[in-house]
Amino acid sequence: MATTVTSTKPRSRSGFGGGPKSPRPNGNGSHERNGQSFTPEFSAGRYRIGMWVALAAILMMFTALTSAYIVRSASSNDWQPLTMPGILLISTALIVLSSGTLETARRKLKESAPGAHKRWLLITVLLGLGFLASQLLAWRQLVRQGIYVSSNPHSSFFYLLTATHGVHLFGGLVALIYLALRTRSSNDDRLAVAKGQAAADAVTLYWHFMDVLWIYLFILLFYWR
Amino acid sequence: MSVETHGAVHRHEPPTGFIRKYIFSLDHKVIGIQYIILALVAVLVGMTMSVLMRMNLSWPGTNWPILGTLFPGGAPDGMMTPEFYLSLVTMHGTIMVFFVLTTAPQGGFGNYFLPIQIGAEDMAFPVLNMLSFWVTLVGFIVILAAIFFSGAESTVGPIGGWTAYAPLSALPNSGPGQGMGMNLWIISIAIFCIGSLLGALNFITTLLNMRTRGMSLMRMPLTCWAWFTTAVLALLSFPVLLGGGILLLLDRVAGTSFFIPGGLYVSGVLAGTSPNFPPHTGGSPILWQHLFWFFGHPEVYIAILPGMGATSHILSTFARKPIFGYRAMVFAIFAIGLLGFFVWGHHMFISGMSPYSAMTFSILTLSIGVPSAVKTFNWLGTLWGAKIRFHTPMLFAIGFVSLFVAGGITGLVLGQTSLDLPMHDTYFVTAHFHLVMGVASIFGMFAATYFWFPKMFGRFMHEGLGKLHFWVTFVGVYCIFVPMHTMGMVGMPRRFAQFTEYEFLASLHPLVMFVSIAAILTVLVQILFYFNLVWSIFKGKKAGDNPWEATTLEWVTSSPPPHDNFAGVLPTVYRGPYEFAVPGATHDYVMQTEPEPGEQPAGVSGNGHNGHKH
Repeated sequence: MATTVTSTKPRSRSGFGGGPKSPRPNGNGSHERNGQSFTPEFSAGRYRIGMWVALAAILMMFTALTSAYIVRSASSNDWQPLTMPGILLISTALIVLSSGTLETARRKLKESAPGAHKRWLLITVLLGLGFLASQLLAWRQLVRQGIYVSSNPHSSFFYLLTATHGVHLFGGLVALIYLALRTRSSNDDRLAVAKGQAAADAVTLYWHFMDVLWIYLFILLFYWR
Repeated sequence: MSVETHGAVHRHEPPTGFIRKYIFSLDHKVIGIQYIILALVAVLVGMTMSVLMRMNLSWPGTNWPILGTLFPGGAPDGMMTPEFYLSLVTMHGTIMVFFVLTTAPQGGFGNYFLPIQIGAEDMAFPVLNMLSFWVTLVGFIVILAAIFFSGAESTVGPIGGWTAYAPLSALPNSGPGQGMGMNLWIISIAIFCIGSLLGALNFITTLLNMRTRGMSLMRMPLTCWAWFTTAVLALLSFPVLLGGGILLLLDRVAGTSFFIPGGLYVSGVLAGTSPNFPPHTGGSPILWQHLFWFFGHPEVYIAILPGMGATSHILSTFARKPIFGYRAMVFAIFAIGLLGFFVWGHHMFISGMSPYSAMTFSILTLSIGVPSAVKTFNWLGTLWGAKIRFHTPMLFAIGFVSLFVAGGITGLVLGQTSLDLPMHDTYFVTAHFHLVMGVASIFGMFAATYFWFPKMFGRFMHEGLGKLHFWVTFVGVYCIFVPMHTMGMVGMPRRFAQFTEYEFLASLHPLVMFVSIAAILTVLVQILFYFNLVWSIFKGKKAGDNPWEATTLEWVTSSPPPHDNFAGVLPTVYRGPYEFAVPGATHDYVMQTEPEPGEQPAGVSGNGHNGHKH
């Protein structure tokens, strides 16, 4: 009886328009919550979307800092580029390697091999710690040369960008340790398994992003112009 | 609707302890109310400051003994120092923009009603949601601390305005309040950024992932579209302010020179000649303006978009007509949000930018008039020929439209470079942004409060008091801000503590007095609102589940909604959000959950198990 009033589109057309039509699965639609319990896709989608959204925010912050970097480098003649501390090459190698090991860890979990998953996770944590240590060594190397955060604009940006990236990476390390702690050798609870997989996927995504972000910052700091 | 209640029900019971239920609650409804309370407290602080400013402007030279007692440094013998006045300007702006206009519409009403309106039990990440409130509260405590820590310097905070323009904001020795007060200001804003980002993440994920069955994007109420777009704006703009804030703090505490040029001579000291004024070189003050306004312009849409959403929702409900041009409204919200990212330069026309970029910013700014006009005409189209029910929420929603038009029109004036150059930093600008982003947003929130109060507390707010509140406030804000346009056109500058020194402004003094009296009366009438709010929670007229005969999902559940919003069975949605006056229907409204006769929802077998369970 009730014809639609919020759309002038004919009823047969699906898609946009507010007219009455059979409900289709949307968002957390029927295929996901119709049954007696949560199904795997439920939390997976939520974690994935949440992580992408968080990465968008982080990306915006580094975009802002990048534009500040570019503007500041052109705004005066006191810009003295640092010579690259050699140890940063080791940092870069470590973080690229850690992305590989974390990817392996994620696949092991998918193949239902929690033991191997945990081992690869721990290797990744060690590589991550190695990266942070090597960043700190780079700072010490600069300090020994008498280059501090206020010495010149390039050193200011170097300390700022490495520190900001390091803080984000440290957050990733905490997440990795959390993943390792919550991994059980055997688990019959489907929901817990699905949530663990979703969390592992989200953390891996974050870690890869931090990896690419470092490579970007490395190029920006030492090879741009 | 009866079909929804069939089947096995799996309820989520609320936590029983007082602390888990009301303090560290994970329930989006409690968190929403916490945000609203925060805004209600913050707005009192902000309003008090504006009254103090008006007193100083209108009665120059008067001794206010109470001021002298409260602020012996800032107002010796009861007369404000100019620096004290400037710190009032700064803190009024900061508290109002961040802790009122950003928290109440989005954190408050968005938190409470977005999950219910899309048919979800809660936000996607309840723990993050709780954190976002508590982080925001810490930010508020830090900004209050700035008031007290600046007391030693005879101000109530930094004196550079809410925009904190470099390089003076980057130099601790640039004046009273610019030391510890400015540090705390930056830290507070940085904390606020993090809280808002957590909130935005939650809003976006919830809306994309948690919609109930049948709730397609184009069946969402316009409020949800507005909150979603606001969340996207917050997500993309707050990180930029955070980045800029870190740079500013480093300039202040680590001796860097991101924003500080060389050779500055500040407070009688040349850079590099004093231990507390290190030799900065080569920084770019304009860089701060770019970073700040890249955030600052989207921020004004963060303040007003939720008000637009609430207004659309309420106009349609009380006009008993579907919203005019639903899809156009959705795209207009998006267009305003998108354009908002490309117009920040119109705040910087006098910064010495190239005339070509100024022209680009100007054209983009004026083009925001198009989606704004689409929204305005659609609101008018919704009202056209309607049998309007003039309840208090409707009055405030109509007031929103009026204020949005009145304030938006002057945006077209200020958006043009040639007109902005003489108008910049006059009361014309003050009048413009107070009408369009300040008062209009607040009217949206008043409308939302009167509209959703019955849902939140199961009782109506007092209608007579509400109408009195509306009329005095509505007339009052026009009396405050319309004369300010005139003052601006005469050339009265913003942020001056007093105008006694200026011969050409002497004739404006009666107008200044008029504005102040109107402002004080308007502030006083807000006591009615606070009283009405508290009184109605306990003594208001009882309201049913759907007292306004509205159509969206929040009116399906009980008032107030149970802990899991729909008592364990999520609703199924069959139609758009504004099905009023449907030809042939038995009522003049059709709820979103009402199926077509004989229609079975997809994916449900005929065993009576209809709707969501888990």
